[in-house]
Amino acid sequence: MKKIYITILLSAFVLNMKAQVGTPFIHDPSTIAYCDGKYYVFGTGEGGLISEDGWHWHGGAVRPGGGVAPDVMKIGDRYLVVYSVGGGGLAGGHASNVMTIWNKTLDPGSPDFKYSDPVKVANSDYDEDCDAIDPSLLMAPDGRLWLSYGTYFGFIRLVELDPKTGKRMEGNKPVNIAIDCEATDLIYRNGWYYLLGTHGTCCDGPNSTYNIVVGRSRQVTGPYLDNVGRDMLKGGGKMVLSARKNKIGPGHFGRFVEEEGVEKMSCHYEADFQQGGYSVLGILPLLWKNDWPVAGKQFQEGTYEIASERRGYSLELAVDFVRMEAGFRFWRKIDENTIKPIDNQRLDEVESSWPKGKISVRTSDYMDRPNQRWTITAVNDSVGTLGAPYYKIQIAGTQRTLTATADKELTTEASFSGKAEQLWQIDQLTDGTYRIMPKAVPGTRERLVLYSAGDSTPTLAPFDMKSDNSKWEFLEKE
Amino acid sequence: MCFTMSGYAQTGQPRKIPKHTDQMMGFYQKPDPKNVKHPDLTEYFSPVSSSVMKPDDNGFIRRWLLLEPFKKPNRSNVVFVDSYLKANLSQSSYPEVWGYQPSDGQKVKIRTNKGKETLRWHAFDSKLFNVKLFRFASGLNKNKYGVVFWGYTVINAPEEMHDVRLAAGSNGASCWWLNNSEVLMLSGDRRMVMDDGMSHRITLKKGKNTLRFAVINGPGMSDICVRFLNDNGEPVKNLIITTK
Repeated sequence: MKKIYITILLSAFVLNMKAQVGTPFIHDPSTIAYCDGKYYVFGTGEGGLISEDGWHWHGGAVRPGGGVAPDVMKIGDRYLVVYSVGGGGLAGGHASNVMTIWNKTLDPGSPDFKYSDPVKVANSDYDEDCDAIDPSLLMAPDGRLWLSYGTYFGFIRLVELDPKTGKRMEGNKPVNIAIDCEATDLIYRNGWYYLLGTHGTCCDGPNSTYNIVVGRSRQVTGPYLDNVGRDMLKGGGKMVLSARKNKIGPGHFGRFVEEEGVEKMSCHYEADFQQGGYSVLGILPLLWKNDWPVAGKQFQEGTYEIASERRGYSLELAVDFVRMEAGFRFWRKIDENTIKPIDNQRLDEVESSWPKGKISVRTSDYMDRPNQRWTITAVNDSVGTLGAPYYKIQIAGTQRTLTATADKELTTEASFSGKAEQLWQIDQLTDGTYRIMPKAVPGTRERLVLYSAGDSTPTLAPFDMKSDNSKWEFLEKE
Repeated sequence: MCFTMSGYAQTGQPRKIPKHTDQMMGFYQKPDPKNVKHPDLTEYFSPVSSSVMKPDDNGFIRRWLLLEPFKKPNRSNVVFVDSYLKANLSQSSYPEVWGYQPSDGQKVKIRTNKGKETLRWHAFDSKLFNVKLFRFASGLNKNKYGVVFWGYTVINAPEEMHDVRLAAGSNGASCWWLNNSEVLMLSGDRRMVMDDGMSHRITLKKGKNTLRFAVINGPGMSDICVRFLNDNGEPVKNLIITTK
């Protein structure tokens, strides 16, 4: 995978971005589930969070049974919820039961909303080398349903469930797959089973050292080895995510696949400094590097070069190239005493020559000129997307705004009005490059993205993860 | 999650709640302690046999003299910073552990928070690559949480071995001494990870080398694993491990 540089070019819009907005307070979140147009995530204690856009979250999800650290998975047309009751050192003991319940919908307002009676599928005794909490579900590609559970107290264990009933497969015996971690999650990709676990200290706010690690195996039953070959049964694990700026102690990994090439990971941060140091839901892009999962970056506002992955040409206003006064320079007969720095071309030197109305865009080799520098700013008063706000993309120092057009092309308008064709979703893809997509294109319901029709010609077209035409980078320049 | 610390925020509500609530407990009922069966010590340890003990196939050292743990409670494992370990797990803080060759059954008086405690050394072979100190404590009906463990063993090298490293992992924090010199410290709230920390390159002298460790842990399941690696990162296995 290419090394991606994401750095601010000119001015630094240092934004201490919240993990999520609204009231995203949660601990031990489940995998995010999507149901009837809304996102749901369940947590320890009571209920969970709901979001209509994936960015603004609030309480209201309903899960009975109390207990800790649930998980949820859609199987067929039903949702299977799993949670644990007891254990975790509560009352000094490690006796716990893992329970499953079904529901046709996660929407508490739906007439179909009714949980089935809980069924015990795994347990631990008061003082055995396992603590049956933090359950997580995996549907393997062969249709078999697996459950991992456990915490620092002994082994992480794996059992098989019946995907039709949510009950334990008859005669199934637990398999030990890891030690010294908790909050596990199993996922499958590209022939590998991955066991995500959380190491470090839980539940101590900004002092929590929680971090997410991973091992992988060709068999669901393990052995799960890290990148240097250590078995997770011997404590192995490769880092996926540790603390980020002002967000401390990530734990409880969950994977959400939006479509091929667009994946998100969820977690909680033990402390989000922007939100009082409380535990909040976190959502980040999920990248894959050499078949290892890596946490991506929450996009940061700033001024960037936007370069096509196709050729490396950069998005620019289609205006006249304006020569700089410093003309030809030759290396002979240089009087070193006359060498002085020269100034780069400024916006005020060229902007007056630009048309006042709409100006088209193109891609060209980057020259660090004013018509090539784009300031990207979150539009916080709009709805967002899963894990991120929408952004406006404007020529730096101006209000000139990148806009999708009804003929599925691109233009810039002199100002930002907040309309959907000026709101851009920026997704870091699984290979680390970016997809740039308008919230809407006038006259069509098609989901179109910024696309390289030619080396020099950007347009809007359907996203294709297999094509570099669909991909962009935000590049640091020296 | 592991409920060893303070409360946590409820979903959708930025407030803290007590740690043992009905919401978290659900229908869980704490068992009657009389009915609780703890795993037996013999599941994890066996008495030191007369057979020659070498490192296992992966080089892990399994023959140890272990001192019964004593209480040293802390609210959180994150207090185990470097300076804390230097101050609290040093030779000077527990002189009763140093300066002699311990033996199986030997009793020593240790100054602890509770005054002087009489503790006993036990010689065991670990059945696992990791020495489950927690089960050593629970098997002897000793305190398991908020405790300090000391261990001692003798590494007999057939020849002088240069540029080897002591490779250890511990739950929780630990200090390691080879021939009475500190060679490794693992600070913080540690999980036991194979080859977590390495000493600098050290020399095993021909014949006897003494290896000591101290582990301090608050909440959680204490254990250690340790081996020596050569300069190629391969386990050193041509050693004989004794308690004398």
